Amino acid sequence: MTEIFLLIISAVFVNNFVLARFLGICPYLGVSKRVETAVGMGAAVVFVMTLASVVSWSVHYYLLVKFGLEYLQIIAFILIIAALVQLVEMFVQKMSQSLYKALGIYLPLITTNCAVLGVSILNIQKKFTLLYTLFYGFAASLGFGLAIVIFAGIRERIELMDVPKPLKGISIGLITAGILSLAFLGFSGLVKE
Amino acid sequence: MSGLREFTKGIWEVNPLLKLVLGMCPALAVTTSAENGVGMGLAATFVLVCSNVIISMMRKIIPKKVRIPVFIVVIASFVTIVDLVMHGFFIELYKSLGLFIPLIVVNCIILGRAEAFASRNGVFYSLLDGLGMGLGFTLALLVLGSIREIIGNGTIFGIMVMGASYEKFLIMILPPGAFVTLGLLLGLMNKIEMNKK
Repeated sequence: MTEIFLLIISAVFVNNFVLARFLGICPYLGVSKRVETAVGMGAAVVFVMTLASVVSWSVHYYLLVKFGLEYLQIIAFILIIAALVQLVEMFVQKMSQSLYKALGIYLPLITTNCAVLGVSILNIQKKFTLLYTLFYGFAASLGFGLAIVIFAGIRERIELMDVPKPLKGISIGLITAGILSLAFLGFSGLVKE
Repeated sequence: MSGLREFTKGIWEVNPLLKLVLGMCPALAVTTSAENGVGMGLAATFVLVCSNVIISMMRKIIPKKVRIPVFIVVIASFVTIVDLVMHGFFIELYKSLGLFIPLIVVNCIILGRAEAFASRNGVFYSLLDGLGMGLGFTLALLVLGSIREIIGNGTIFGIMVMGASYEKFLIMILPPGAFVTLGLLLGLMNKIEMNKK
């Protein structure tokens, strides 16, 4: 139990996927203009990543390893993720039109969100059991959600500020992310990995 | 003549990293040193060129509706090749790039070029486009990696340049340094562009 708790703390704060591991930067910068869309994106990613972790783990151990096809890992995982994203897209479109419109292009782009593929591969590399995989996928995506919501909150205020002209847009966004990442560095040493 | 343009546009005019702002994850993560940056850039270039060529060859037989999955499978196959080759022959680089080699699959530059260029143009132009874009990406990574390595560690490609008494500015090697350096670099590009007008 303690180990799982530490795993979650570590994935959310210490080794935050966005701010320490640099996974999922594109949606992080792209969909963080407003807090509401950031929350929606965070929720979609939590769902996809947790599901993708579990499914890709199962496929890896029950299909690929069983038949000695480990070299197909990358191709298999990306196809699983693409299919899952399609599923979520259909689901969101049915459930909430406004969220669907707000997420726009970034929903199908979760497929190319490196955080999702990253977590699937990390689960295998770290030799996690299925239970650990479930919690790691969930915690990592929660970390992504946390980072993107905080970032969107800051960006909403930056909009009102007088930013030097060449730094406007993504440039100041990256510098802000750098400062945020600096703040998250404070968590390092909290959990030994 | 237009072939030359397809090649050179990726290096400055529409540099994938500094102008289109694509492929940020590997750009931020692996540029802790100039060497890693170049290694990543070349691996991505290889995949980009090969996938561009194959996709442009197959562009007439791929049904429009399933084109994205087809592109991804083509790209993933080449990434698998790169992954296995690097594991076999460049084990040091393989270890330091780590997770980001399989993650070339989801590098937006490659899928972006497949969709925007290779699926609409001939094999030869797609080859040049892939080469140019890949080279532009590699150069951008080299610049980013060099800045971080020089300030953060006092070296470039492992060679001491700042003198032995240089106080290492470690934060440049850590994640925050990556964000801030790329942010300032993009700002610099904007500034240059503004001065041109």
